[in-house]
Amino acid sequence: MATSQNQLAKSAAAPVAETAGMQKTQPTPKLHSQSLNFFYGSFQALHGITLDIATHKITAFIGPSGCGKSTFLRTMNRMNETVRNTRVEGEILLDAVNIHDMDVTYVRRRVGMVFQKSNPFPKSIFDNVAYGLRVNGIHKHSVIDAAVERSLRHAALWEEVKDKLKKPASALSGGQQQRLCIARALAVEPEVLLLDEPCSALDPIATLKIEELLFQIKDITTIVIVTHNMQQAARLADYTGFFLLGKLIEFDETRTIFQNPSKKETEDYVTGRFG
Amino acid sequence: MDLRVSSTRNITNAVMLSLSGVCTILVISVLFFILGYLLFHGISALNWNFFTQLPKPSGETGGGMANAIVGSGKILLLATCIGVPIGFLAGVYLAEYSGKVFAFTIRYVVDLLNGVPSIVIGIVAYALVVRPMKHYSALAGGVALGIMMIPIAVRTTEEFLRAVPNSLREGGVALGATRAKTIFTIVVPAAISGLVSGMMLNLARVAGETAPLLFTALGNMFWSRGWLQPIATLPVMIYNDAIAPEEDLHRQAWAAGFVLLFLVLAINVTARMIIARGPAGSRR
Repeated sequence: MATSQNQLAKSAAAPVAETAGMQKTQPTPKLHSQSLNFFYGSFQALHGITLDIATHKITAFIGPSGCGKSTFLRTMNRMNETVRNTRVEGEILLDAVNIHDMDVTYVRRRVGMVFQKSNPFPKSIFDNVAYGLRVNGIHKHSVIDAAVERSLRHAALWEEVKDKLKKPASALSGGQQQRLCIARALAVEPEVLLLDEPCSALDPIATLKIEELLFQIKDITTIVIVTHNMQQAARLADYTGFFLLGKLIEFDETRTIFQNPSKKETEDYVTGRFG
Repeated sequence: MDLRVSSTRNITNAVMLSLSGVCTILVISVLFFILGYLLFHGISALNWNFFTQLPKPSGETGGGMANAIVGSGKILLLATCIGVPIGFLAGVYLAEYSGKVFAFTIRYVVDLLNGVPSIVIGIVAYALVVRPMKHYSALAGGVALGIMMIPIAVRTTEEFLRAVPNSLREGGVALGATRAKTIFTIVVPAAISGLVSGMMLNLARVAGETAPLLFTALGNMFWSRGWLQPIATLPVMIYNDAIAPEEDLHRQAWAAGFVLLFLVLAINVTARMIIARGPAGSRR
């Protein structure tokens, strides 16, 4: 798999240089969105989104409900294609290769996703984490065992579940279930992890645990998180994007967005004047 | 406010209440009358020979229906092997893949098929299997009951799969699983208790069918070997014995009726227990 990735990267070497030249702040973006429009039927939900997602950084998207931040997140692993009657224009480059030219299962293996509501499968804790490996053709017990333990450790869940891996995942608490979903996503070693308001249904302590683990796994993956919670974005993110009515109003380093935004809309939102 | 108005309303209320109460009692008593009558005649006619011996030739007393019990089992097995896979996969398609208009059409057709009289299904099986093979067979009976199982199998599958939350499907494909893989390794297992019990109720429903078996499986006084010979079944045996002149055969028919009812009841109760319990973690 590694060689095929290299080949893909080589064959697209020219576009890499091109995008790198255009973007001064990020020489090698992990993901690059170019003039992305998205439609639900005739309703345009995203208007010309162009931005870079930096490798091994945490990027947060904030904005009021219905502003398109989740929709944008779901275009990055082509999850929106599962919704009927939708259309996407523009391109999203993963390591400079358009994800719409790749096999969709391959895109989703490289760009993992964690959802707003935890969605453990009706299987054991172990089988939940092993699922992604098995569907991608890995069946060797030693490999799966090691990957499950590693993923659960990354998700800060190992100590809590190591003695009950065969128990059904539904027996876990809400916060544990969400960390299980993170472990499940990490098991296939995604290069990017998309999180869609992962803490919105959790209490502050469970939220804190997830934020801590996200900090830890920055080293192994690139993180993109959508959040309603501005403090969370301020605490976690290296870069923050502010969405409003389907447009990316401002995208910059998190400190700049919260302390010295250049747009009036951003300032109004982050200071709590609306939204 | 006129007081007399409200007293008429009270009277209407009382009359309607007692009327519906009486009708409810009527419904229950019909059911208990049938059950009691069958129990009374059935148990007295039932003995060990009924389960172990072949039917005696006309004129002799005694004997049993061992061949019909096994025959019913074989035909129901065949029907399940034909009706369940077809109905299940069609139901998966309806619930997971098809567009709105197509699904509506198929659903309508399936409901129509469900309403086709069982004797007509029997004729179809006769034309499809008996005529080309030139003899009655267990296979033909199985095909007839299998076709009868398809509509309920489709609708059961569709309904239970639709009840599985969409978040599970998204979770599956987000890990790089294909849609089919997600459906068969996550969605179907999440609905398995409903699916199994639905199929069992479906089986119980066709277990008592007689009309489509009359000219497909036909009947047999002896053991039927394999799948290509005429075969005895409990419902057809009941029919034949009940219209025969001999008193002893009537007793056999009662016993068979009792056994058949007991089997159907057992399948029903098991299915409802599976539904009530469900697999661990499937309901959230």
